[in-house]
Amino acid sequence: MSLSTLTKPWEAMSYGFLDGSAKRELRRKMLKSVAVPGCQMPYASREVPMARGWGTGGLQVSLTLVNPQTCVKVIDQGADDSVNAASIRRFIAQVAGTPTTMDTLEADLIQSRHRIPEEILREDQVLVLQVPNPEPLRPVQPNMSIARQMHADADYGRMWLQLYEQIVRSGRVMQGASYPSLVNGRHVMTPSPIPRWDVPKLHMARHLTILSAGREKRIFAVPPYTRVEPLVFSDVPYKVEEHGHLTCTRSGTRGFFMNEIPQDDGSSAFEVSDSEWGVKTIRARDGDGESRGETWYKNGEMPQ
Amino acid sequence: MTLTLDAPRIVETRPLLEVHGVSRSYGPVKAVRNVSAHAYPGEVLGIVGESGSGKSTLLRMMNLEEIPETGSYTLDLPDLSGNLFELDRFARRMLCATKIGIVYQNPHLGLLMKHSSSGNVAERLLVAGERSFATLRQAATEALDASEFPLDRLDAPPIELSGGMQQRVQLAKAIALEPALLLLDEPTTGLDVSVQALVLDTLKRLQQDRQITMVIVSHDLGVIRTLADRVMVMRRGEVVETGLADQIFQDPQHPYTQQLVHAKL
Repeated sequence: MSLSTLTKPWEAMSYGFLDGSAKRELRRKMLKSVAVPGCQMPYASREVPMARGWGTGGLQVSLTLVNPQTCVKVIDQGADDSVNAASIRRFIAQVAGTPTTMDTLEADLIQSRHRIPEEILREDQVLVLQVPNPEPLRPVQPNMSIARQMHADADYGRMWLQLYEQIVRSGRVMQGASYPSLVNGRHVMTPSPIPRWDVPKLHMARHLTILSAGREKRIFAVPPYTRVEPLVFSDVPYKVEEHGHLTCTRSGTRGFFMNEIPQDDGSSAFEVSDSEWGVKTIRARDGDGESRGETWYKNGEMPQ
Repeated sequence: MTLTLDAPRIVETRPLLEVHGVSRSYGPVKAVRNVSAHAYPGEVLGIVGESGSGKSTLLRMMNLEEIPETGSYTLDLPDLSGNLFELDRFARRMLCATKIGIVYQNPHLGLLMKHSSSGNVAERLLVAGERSFATLRQAATEALDASEFPLDRLDAPPIELSGGMQQRVQLAKAIALEPALLLLDEPTTGLDVSVQALVLDTLKRLQQDRQITMVIVSHDLGVIRTLADRVMVMRRGEVVETGLADQIFQDPQHPYTQQLVHAKL
């Protein structure tokens, strides 16, 4: 037996860009994070041809999960066609030979930054969220060692101090994105910079959500059918953004999360943030067939 | 007319706080050597001594911030038994949050300087599990009011406040959960004399109103004399003399105590 019989023939690169050991480690860490919902698992974040902070964490998870049949969708700020989303989508397709889509219902794997699609995700879909700052305790406890102890002890009292301060200062909770949420009644996580609007979508969701921070080297997950409860005071209810009554100026759809577009005359126009939802609405209006799936929000409200 | 009196009996009160034979050294320095102390419910125990005599270390041990090499510590409270030094981190923190209040000499140790004053007080209740905003707000206001903090500065961060006000915030935080034991580590050092008098006034009134057991550490005999019922004199990590406050001040026995009292008066 010689060494050449034991080694694989030379290849220009391995499937899905990452080498076998990197993917194996990520898979193990993903399993761990699914086993303990919301708990941050450290992992050895690899180099990918993209700067840290542009979604390297999410990309590594996506590259690990794909196979040649996986249909991939990538979202950046709700849009499929922004530069970052298009580049990541093209990169995954190039190194893994996967089909790509913009349709939420067709996708098997959705990598996203800032948004969760408006259409309800199914059991067979995986949502990968890019997380810039995975530590919810950082604003109240800058010392990471102590923060880890606080996670271990479920000592989250200070998270409410943050909310208390916001109410005292501004009369309401000002936390716009990354709203700290309690997962499975045990770990507080920061659900990446998704708006408050999207946090209820994670509660008892049918799909698996994996959140990965490449620069901070932390991975955590919300498995299907897991409780995700935003932290609130018992007498101050959780409020999502007041977008339920807004109408999209381009597609005419109403009751979804909107992007505000300032106008020359000082007023604002609104455009639906989930671009593919807008496209589908326009297609249905023009009589090109109905392709819209069921949405989480109905008439601008999340059914309880 | 005959005067009826109760039959004489022994009144048995157990001390609330009992520290027994604690020792702690930092490398070659023996900070505290085999010190024992106790305080009865509602009593104010004063600990005096020069800098480096181990009095602050002893107080930190009473707050369970520091665990000594030897010795035991008990608090006579319901559902609490055994040596408190052996509690795990979680139990220790719950105990500190709910049963023990502390005021440090340096407000930076006890307060979150950038958060609001009322938030600092509310944090205590949050740690203990209170989750209603209205309750938190009210409890914080009441505690700050009790420590004579001006309520129009309720939401000012401590960093913007004067030293005396910062001590009042610390005090409010310490008493917010009505602790059984209040520890004061040089609470008035670094304040000017008139502010010192005001803070001492507040402390005295609180003690009278609430009958909290207090342990006060100071190198200032005036502070101890104003507040303490019983005094413990420490030097080089050891207790050299204990006794009632008047006794210590009028008739000091140990040469060091005599020196101390003379230097003051």
